[in-house]
Amino acid sequence: MNITVKVDGTSYTDEVEPRTLLVYYLRETLGKTGTVVGCDTSNCGACTVLLDGRSVKSCNVLAVQADGHEVTTIEGLADGETLTPVQEAFRECHALQCGFCTPGMIMQATDLLATNPSPTEDEVRVGMEGNLCRCTGYHNIVKAVLQASGQPASSGGEQA
Amino acid sequence: MSDAATEQGRDRARVDAPLKVSGLAPYAYEHELEDPLFLVPVLSTVATGAITGIDAEAARAVPGVALVLTHENAPRLALPTIPTLAVLRKPRVRYRGEIVAAVVADSLETARYAASLVRVDYAAPPSGPDVRLDPEDPGVRPLRRVMGVYPGQHTVGDVDGELAGAAYRVEGHYATPVNHHNPIEPHSMVALWHADLGPLATVQPRSTRLTVWDSNQGVVAPQGVLAGAFGLLPTQVEVISPYVGGSFGTKGMPHPHVMVTAMAARKLPGRAVKVALTRPQMFAGTGYRPETRQRVALAADEQGRLRAVDHEVFAPVSRVIPWVDPTAGPSLSMYASPTRRVSYRAQHLDIGPGTFMRAPGEYTGMFALETAMDELAREMGMDPVELRLRNEPEADPESGRPWSSRHVATCLTEGARIFGLEQQQQPGGRREGEWLLGMGVASASFPQMGMGPSLARITFTGGRYVVSMQASDIGTGAWTVLAQIAAQALDVPQDQVEARIGTTDAPYAIIAGGSTGTFGWGSAVVEAAQAFRAEHGSDPAEGATTRARTRMPQGVRGVRRMAFGAHFAEVAVSEVSGEVRVRRLYGHFDGGRIMNPRTARSQLVGGMTMGLSGALFEESYRDPRFGHVVNADLAGYHVAAHADVVDIEVGWVGEPDPWMGATGAKGIGEVGIVGVPAAIGNAIFDATGLRLRELPFTPVKVLEAWESSGPAPAATVR
Repeated sequence: MNITVKVDGTSYTDEVEPRTLLVYYLRETLGKTGTVVGCDTSNCGACTVLLDGRSVKSCNVLAVQADGHEVTTIEGLADGETLTPVQEAFRECHALQCGFCTPGMIMQATDLLATNPSPTEDEVRVGMEGNLCRCTGYHNIVKAVLQASGQPASSGGEQA
Repeated sequence: MSDAATEQGRDRARVDAPLKVSGLAPYAYEHELEDPLFLVPVLSTVATGAITGIDAEAARAVPGVALVLTHENAPRLALPTIPTLAVLRKPRVRYRGEIVAAVVADSLETARYAASLVRVDYAAPPSGPDVRLDPEDPGVRPLRRVMGVYPGQHTVGDVDGELAGAAYRVEGHYATPVNHHNPIEPHSMVALWHADLGPLATVQPRSTRLTVWDSNQGVVAPQGVLAGAFGLLPTQVEVISPYVGGSFGTKGMPHPHVMVTAMAARKLPGRAVKVALTRPQMFAGTGYRPETRQRVALAADEQGRLRAVDHEVFAPVSRVIPWVDPTAGPSLSMYASPTRRVSYRAQHLDIGPGTFMRAPGEYTGMFALETAMDELAREMGMDPVELRLRNEPEADPESGRPWSSRHVATCLTEGARIFGLEQQQQPGGRREGEWLLGMGVASASFPQMGMGPSLARITFTGGRYVVSMQASDIGTGAWTVLAQIAAQALDVPQDQVEARIGTTDAPYAIIAGGSTGTFGWGSAVVEAAQAFRAEHGSDPAEGATTRARTRMPQGVRGVRRMAFGAHFAEVAVSEVSGEVRVRRLYGHFDGGRIMNPRTARSQLVGGMTMGLSGALFEESYRDPRFGHVVNADLAGYHVAAHADVVDIEVGWVGEPDPWMGATGAKGIGEVGIVGVPAAIGNAIFDATGLRLRELPFTPVKVLEAWESSGPAPAATVR
């Protein structure tokens, strides 16, 4: 099938198979390897991208479903060398170790802050729940999202 | 200058962060290569048996398929030293999920589809497979040694006599499940066999014949394994692994897909062959933390001084690789006691082999030992910190060697103060609505092994110092910390130093394992920096180069080196659902000198979170017929997510250990996970009066324990 998708500001028209997942279209056809595959079952969120501004797990979206839509990947966030506040906060707050979950985390955080510009710590933890990190223990990720929202990151959160 | 001040000076952001937040760090699979092929393995669907036939005709007929690799057409290789890597050699299966074929095609979708068409027929063996864990099985055998260095059987004094006549005695049976590492990056690899080199005789010893982009804990392992198997010199195999998306032990040694992908590349010279295992394939064939069944008995005198430590371990062993975790390790070294017994038994099964996973042995054993210590403290009505302090050993109980340094007491007392440890005399008295609240403590330790020397090279070029070695950053921060160590030793600002790691085109280094990287590699870097200054002065010429190796202090074999810590947990347990929430975790650590507080803190918090995850969620279930894992993806195998982790903090003693080499640092990658499940379990007891001795502490186990202990506190307290 023929699809036209705007990815990171550039319009692409490609012939794709109906079975092709959006994540493999991005990676293999467009070379956007910043979006990675972690689990195939939509649990880890490493492949998160924005579809018309809202986060989706691109391993669970068919490429043909993106036809006529706009996709933003981790590679489309920064303006040249200038990182977005979320990217900058992840760097500063040490919100990553191995970095494999980081693109998905940043895309999810970008969506979260677009819909809720001043989330509480609890809202960050719940809003980011669909993105798994195995290295950092999440603490610095939460801090980074709060910092990117312009709020001071306190330690400790709301309880059970 | 105080060490605290210099520690602040060492607080640096990761040098690899800008690339990683931009999606530009190339992991193994993300290296862009022209016209790649995609490999999908076919896994066995039986546990044991002979392969009687492979029908690959339908797969080969799919347009785009370049190769179907089976034992019939695989290149003949030298027998690998790692038995799991002997794949596609013979028509036989040793465990369910073993690779029996592989399909290579021009797209991943085609390869996956064609792989689904490969038909493998098996002849069942006369009996078996043996896949059921059973401590009473007649085939269960005592072990003489564990991991090559730990005694399988160890007895000092009259343990039974002390247990029989003790003022206080506790005994419990503990169980830990199979855990899988589950780094977020799957095992991935790209192999490219260089086609244009001409006949073998004309090839130079240093001309690369095989280039591999791989996800590993050290490039030396795949290099050695592949060179050996293909009859190449190590210098003819190039391994490139600049960024690794997490590991926790599973990428320490090469797994079968590495061999299979290289074989496919050998048959398709000039084409890059890529593989990324799926999560179920990772569960099947890349190792795991084996399950344990343990019995711990402790005897103590009136004052709470231990008279006996008795620790029995039973574990399954794969018939392919006999890996057993040194689970009783903590019972050898944690507490003073005049009598001590450690004993391991193992059952050989037709299952895929386990391997080291973050704090192998120490994690499972400390759960049992530190739960038992809490039971003893409760039995005696003694403060659990005080009980531990009374049993601090002056020297290593097993070897008699003095400690290189041991600050367990500080970790316990400082940790208890900072955390505000307050337990109830009578469990079950603190509640908020349906939630019963409690606190618990447990100690942590992890041995500091010597894994042999590493080499580091420092070169001055373009006005900067380049530190190169084969070291690997699996997320730990090695890119950052090695440059920091070099900058400090060279006495230059850090931005004048850059590390070059994760490639075979660098001096040999040990793999990133056993919490040895920072002090082992770091020592080599310091030695190289000092030698560099001695040879080239403070104004070196362009290209000036010096190489040096890890050096440990004279007499290091005469001391016992371990990292230590203490964990404190506050939990809330729902009397309605049985759910356990961990509200707070605090860990206080003895990790020697902390080289970079930012990366160190993250390592420790990450370790504690994995401990929390193991305490509450993680469990791989084996199929009783085939022995493979049935919940083999992240939908079925639960790991902690953001909302499971509320408040985790760490602190440390920060005192350099002179026996750890030039850095004075102890390894901290593993000690953070050790003891966390015990601290949480002990807090559950404080909250509810329920003693849970099997991980993970799921709602079902909590509710069942309540049921079997009579009316829930809800009924009695209200």
